[in-house]
Amino acid sequence: MINKVVSGAEEAIKDISDGATLMLGGFGLCGIPENCINALVNKQVKNLTCISNNAGVDDFGIGLMLKQRQVKKMISSYVGENAEFERQLLSGELEVDLIPQGTLATRCLAAGYGMPAIFTPAGVGTEVAEGKEVRNFDGKDYLMEYAFDADFAIVKAWKGDTAGNLIFRSTSRNFNPVMAMAGKITIAEVEELVEAGELDPDYIHTPGIYVHRIFQGKDYEKRIEQRTVRIKS
Amino acid sequence: MAFSKEEIAQRIAKEIKDGYYVNLGIGIPTLVANYIPKGINVVLQSENGLLGMGPFPFEGEEDADLINAGKQTITTLPGSSIFDSAMSFGMIRAQKVDLTILGAMEVSENGDIANWKIPGKMVKGMGGAMDLVASAKNIIVAMQHINKAGESKLLPKCTLPLTGVRCIKKIVTELAVLDILPEGGFKLLERAPGISVDFIQQSTAGRLIVEGEIPEMRLD
Repeated sequence: MINKVVSGAEEAIKDISDGATLMLGGFGLCGIPENCINALVNKQVKNLTCISNNAGVDDFGIGLMLKQRQVKKMISSYVGENAEFERQLLSGELEVDLIPQGTLATRCLAAGYGMPAIFTPAGVGTEVAEGKEVRNFDGKDYLMEYAFDADFAIVKAWKGDTAGNLIFRSTSRNFNPVMAMAGKITIAEVEELVEAGELDPDYIHTPGIYVHRIFQGKDYEKRIEQRTVRIKS
Repeated sequence: MAFSKEEIAQRIAKEIKDGYYVNLGIGIPTLVANYIPKGINVVLQSENGLLGMGPFPFEGEEDADLINAGKQTITTLPGSSIFDSAMSFGMIRAQKVDLTILGAMEVSENGDIANWKIPGKMVKGMGGAMDLVASAKNIIVAMQHINKAGESKLLPKCTLPLTGVRCIKKIVTELAVLDILPEGGFKLLERAPGISVDFIQQSTAGRLIVEGEIPEMRLD
């Protein structure tokens, strides 16, 4: 079996350089590649284009990269909860492409499935449609949206094996599997790295062919954005 | 008396039928989950990738890996399933979800909705709202009829950037339940207890259609 294991986040991101386009998995702070984000912050690569559903919060996740002005352009669906982001956006320091969440996910999917574009009704008749080709199928209008073209996809999984197969846990799955399929080079950090053969092939979410580098992550904070509980009665 | 947010949610919950898969947006729509009629089976979809959303966890049982689309900690239920974001919007686009309930800043008399951006002020993004409104077969909007200054949010034409066009068919506000007719116009169906048709007329900038007696909204 081909061995995809690298020593850690630093080695995994070693060839990510200024101006690269990155996909980063996660929804809010759930399932984000914490180790790789920290390594990117330490490496201080700049002028990055980041494709990620959200932009973290001020002091965690992609927010850490924003604070250091490492991000030139953000492609996201929802960027609330980040004051620094909003400041950079309104002042024009940061280029932002806000796109519908389903469009974001499906443009990743298209890249991973080898399809150049998709047709979606999301955004028809809105400013999202500006400059885009509209096609009518069975009386309904659809926008043509291109597959993403990302240099690197960086994802976080629960378990992975040395062959790069991945299993995600609960709703931390979110964008991770579709981004894992979509990168020219895909980097996966996992909570538990095991030998090939230890994961049941029937339960693999992302086949190892899509993953180029995998490593055992460490020190996961797994911060909760909105802690909501009910009282035991 | 105008309805509270809870009462708007309670009224909307009456529209939910046995066997429905339902997506609830953030804000008033989230409250609808508290009022789903007893004895019917409903599955809540959370567009980050979950069917069968359960209640908030008990204190100490929160799981950072298990959240809803509002990023709140939640639980699963027997029969829940989890999937990636592309599949989540796949089932929305393919109209497998029976009912979408979401909030709005403005709705126009031809069914356009604006709920994601105030130019120069609020730029948070549309999240899944554009996908939901473009694809859902049945959408109910939960919104305030008038803003704090008393200005109508039910308009002839939206002034804010649109989320979707000609997609809204039903609205529940603190004052009324209204349908948007295919040919355009807000058709008044019910009014909040003690709220007059005249007041609703004054509070609706778009074309209001009133036919016959308008009953009061009931929550039971």
